[in-house]
Amino acid sequence: MDKYIKTPISGEDARRLRAGDYVYLTGTIYTARDAAHKRMYEAMKAGGILPLDLAGNIIYYMGPSPAREGRAIGSAGPTTSSRMDKYTPDFLDSGLRGMIGKGKRSEEVKTAIVRNGAVYFAAVGGAGALLSRSIKSSKVIAYEDLGTEAIRELEVEKFPVIVVIDSEGNNLYETVVGQYGR
Amino acid sequence: MRTVRTSVITENVKEMCIEANHFLSEDMKECLFSAADEEKAPLGKQILGQLKENLQIAGEDMIPICQDTGMAVIFMEIGQDVHFEGDILEDAVNEGVRRGYTEGYLRKSVVKDPLIRENTKDNTPAVIHYEIVPGDQVRITIAPKGFGSENMSRIFMLKPADGMEGVKDAVLTAVRDAGPNACPPMVVGVGIGGTFEKCALMAKKALTRPANEYSSIPYIKEMEEELLKRINETGIGPGGLGGSTTAFAVNINTYPTHIAGLPVAVNICCHVNRHVVRVI
Repeated sequence: MDKYIKTPISGEDARRLRAGDYVYLTGTIYTARDAAHKRMYEAMKAGGILPLDLAGNIIYYMGPSPAREGRAIGSAGPTTSSRMDKYTPDFLDSGLRGMIGKGKRSEEVKTAIVRNGAVYFAAVGGAGALLSRSIKSSKVIAYEDLGTEAIRELEVEKFPVIVVIDSEGNNLYETVVGQYGR
Repeated sequence: MRTVRTSVITENVKEMCIEANHFLSEDMKECLFSAADEEKAPLGKQILGQLKENLQIAGEDMIPICQDTGMAVIFMEIGQDVHFEGDILEDAVNEGVRRGYTEGYLRKSVVKDPLIRENTKDNTPAVIHYEIVPGDQVRITIAPKGFGSENMSRIFMLKPADGMEGVKDAVLTAVRDAGPNACPPMVVGVGIGGTFEKCALMAKKALTRPANEYSSIPYIKEMEEELLKRINETGIGPGGLGGSTTAFAVNINTYPTHIAGLPVAVNICCHVNRHVVRVI
């Protein structure tokens, strides 16, 4: 079922989504991948201030290719989410409400999604040119020294994603194998 | 003896890096287009349609097909009658990668040290494999490799008693474990035999074989066909979101091995299986 959601995402919207829903996101989201996660996690553990308020926000696991002149961003598809699993439960417990990536998540992440009424979306891996068209602006807000891994604030318009793990713990990757596998 | 200027190598490597990241080879395009027609799962079909559109946008707008423009894997097949003049060959190749990734707006994804992890900011060094072959030409294959799928690749040191079934199980295990992480539909490169490193290299090279070409060894061709069928019956589908298009091809290379061993390497590539070949 197609749904249109504004970001930052409300708790109510997040809880209403179901695994398999096709969702178009419009609003602000933030990028962070391996190195930014490590740095944010270490800052959090040391009691420091994060460069990004996690509450109600969505993190997109993505490191873009450089933008050509006049464009908001380069190729901008998702990276594999499981590398962020180590950090994700703590981020969710601190208010993070959604993640966009691709691929499997750990049991700990799934439990934290359910515990916090959050949601895990997949964007289509390897469709970075197409996805870049839904990104209207991109601004580095922290960790500029990390290059492609810096934290970026993105304004997106009808950014297409699919709900993989919902707030009830349903997991689309697992159900489709039963549905389509022989 | 034929003299080749290394500046010619640099220029070609640069162009090939840019080309590989914006345009797929005809065989890979054919795989994608026919799968998009044939896939029955509604979401799977929609994903394949998006991948077709993505490819078109990449070529028209010169935006990389995937933001992970890879670590540059380069096969240099050098005729033994070639003499290089100019810079050290390895430097010339890396200079081509540097210019390609910088001038071509490609992502710099290489860190200088695997544990210290400081980005080299120009995507060098490349991983270069040299082979000396007969003749006076240089055949360059550039295959930028993304790590979503590279991370899901495996080596199995099987026992001879595991035999053919053991090999098939190893390949299917690697593919099932990879699932959505490897950005299916994937291409599965397999190396069987040789030693630990030889089978890994064979698996990597298998990914550069055209998707519609089979092994010349009849029983290996049968294994390629059987494995492709079984992989497409797992249900994983495009993006891991369900369907019958989980892999486009299974390409197997083999080599003699030791009486005590049966090494099997499975190198998985996503649907953006990039490779450009030029002969100089």
